[in-house]
Amino acid sequence: MSEREVRARITDTTLRDGSHAMRHQFLPEQVRGTVRGLVAAGVPVIEVAHGDGLAGSSFTYGFSATDEFELIQIAVAEAKGDAKIAALLLPGVGTIQELRTAIDLGVGLIRVATHCSEADIANQHLTAARELGAETVGFLMMSHMLQPAELAQQAGIMAASGAQCVYIVDSAGALTPDDTTERVTALLDVVGADVQVGFHGHNNLALGVANSIAAVRAGARQIDGATRALGAGAGNSPTEVLTAVFDRLGIHTGIDLEQILDVAETVVRPYMLKEPVMDRNSVILGYTGVYSSFLVHAENAAARYGVPAYRILQEAGRRRFVGGQEDLLIDVAVGLAKSGTEDGPR
Amino acid sequence: MSGATALPKMPVAIVGSGNIGTDLMIKIQRSELLDLVGMVGIDPDSDGLARARRLGVETSSYGVEGLLAFERRPEIVFEATSAGAHIANASRYRDAGIQAIDLTPAAIGPFVVPPVNLDEHLNAPNLNMVTCGGQATVPIVAAISAVTPVHYAEIVATIASRSAGPGTRANIDEFTETTSRALEMVGGAGRSKAIIVLNPVSPPMIMRDTVFCSIDPDADRSLIVDSIKQMVNAVAQYVPGYRMAEDPQFDEPQAGWGGRARVTTLLEVEGNGDYLPPYAGNLDIMTAAATRVGERISLARLEVRA
Repeated sequence: MSEREVRARITDTTLRDGSHAMRHQFLPEQVRGTVRGLVAAGVPVIEVAHGDGLAGSSFTYGFSATDEFELIQIAVAEAKGDAKIAALLLPGVGTIQELRTAIDLGVGLIRVATHCSEADIANQHLTAARELGAETVGFLMMSHMLQPAELAQQAGIMAASGAQCVYIVDSAGALTPDDTTERVTALLDVVGADVQVGFHGHNNLALGVANSIAAVRAGARQIDGATRALGAGAGNSPTEVLTAVFDRLGIHTGIDLEQILDVAETVVRPYMLKEPVMDRNSVILGYTGVYSSFLVHAENAAARYGVPAYRILQEAGRRRFVGGQEDLLIDVAVGLAKSGTEDGPR
Repeated sequence: MSGATALPKMPVAIVGSGNIGTDLMIKIQRSELLDLVGMVGIDPDSDGLARARRLGVETSSYGVEGLLAFERRPEIVFEATSAGAHIANASRYRDAGIQAIDLTPAAIGPFVVPPVNLDEHLNAPNLNMVTCGGQATVPIVAAISAVTPVHYAEIVATIASRSAGPGTRANIDEFTETTSRALEMVGGAGRSKAIIVLNPVSPPMIMRDTVFCSIDPDADRSLIVDSIKQMVNAVAQYVPGYRMAEDPQFDEPQAGWGGRARVTTLLEVEGNGDYLPPYAGNLDIMTAAATRVGERISLARLEVRA
């Protein structure tokens, strides 16, 4: 390795963001097999939790088939210290109580997620995670909704609260490579001396990997992927593709390409409910800047009320819903169904 | 009320001059049963205290000492500071014989949600107002519980970012934990979960609350709807902008629901625009509920004295 070689630490979030695509139905043996494969491939960080973070199991976001703490215990045991197990927490959904339980079970990295303009609500959780000895990441969701300078200011709040890395989270898969570069650069200008910058991409506009390249070139050092893209919306940047492309570009990940391809093909693919695809609904997510996790809930409401899912998503975009407002997709669907009836049959 | 029939007003004071204290001041000044004798803050330059002075309300920035030094001694104090401050102040109010209506998450006294359980607690030395989300959603859970068992209640409160003050932001866990407990203790739910979401959209969104209740599949749905509607009307008496955005929605049992059906109530809470604009229904429902509690106590004491 030359001195000039760039390193990027990959966090694989198949077992957290993928929970959305799995409708939160992960089973113990699926988690065990995935962690075993990822560890063997050299993935350094593996995130395990309900898709909406610790304590996300609910009517609003979907109930977990298996208690997430049971899945975390399995992951910690299977990782045997060779990979760090991470967990996500959204203040307002989960509390310090769940954060503490996760750390007690062996979670070594806590990622605290807020809407990009609300970083200050993460203060108590980031502080607590640090005090409990965990590594910390601040996770600025829906980062496309703030201009780079404003986003950097929010990153500063998370850094001051104890985050050791702040992520630009493209929850809607709405950013372009230029948008990503600008945001990474702005964050590094403000917090670069104290903390790392990370990037979490979605594939709704097919830009997850391209944006991740832009992020690393601009100085980001932590990048999220999901094996076989298993994640919300059209999925995340596939971990195995990030591994291959970063290798080509001389960005060192420490992940073995053959082995991660094997995990994608023989471990993850067989249990997937469906492949994340860039269909109409997903492209609408990216194009209108809607939270990717809304996809499954919009599909559910569409089936229940007989209105197209993409119209529910468009309306969510028009009303500028943020992550967590899945409950109001029901409200939108009821409203659309009524307006459809009033217009007469179609 | 007018002229000769006017009832004597009960003297009350407010401690805390932030968004909640200031909004409360405006509501109490309108009340025909409560007389605001003073407002205590910590920052003499705060907007809340400046407004109070402009309205001719006596002010102090010397905490409980300031309160006790007001020209007239209040019989009720509305605490709109923080949980920590209220825990420190509560015993001093009690020693001074002042009843406390607590708008912080301290929850020293019983949770009070006016249309559900206020009459049970009129004489409690300390009454707690739960949270904004609790005031908006506990009545609905109680209304459903009144006609069928609610095995689990889950609420999502979405508020405009601009209406979330520094106290809420610094301790958001208090919101979810306190609201959740009230859904069980006052609402009657077997188990519960509370979620809060902050939305920064401009112009700011009106407070929304969604209440999911897990019910038996064969529960009488028309009874449930009637009970919800009655309760919405009861809350709307003191929060005029409290309404259902859509009719209650019923869903048949699904995988993962333990064989139970679900009723969803979609609420919108538009504020009265007293201090913060009407989008801040979360602020309004707290202060309107607290004012209601103060008025009921005032009426009850008048009856005792009569």
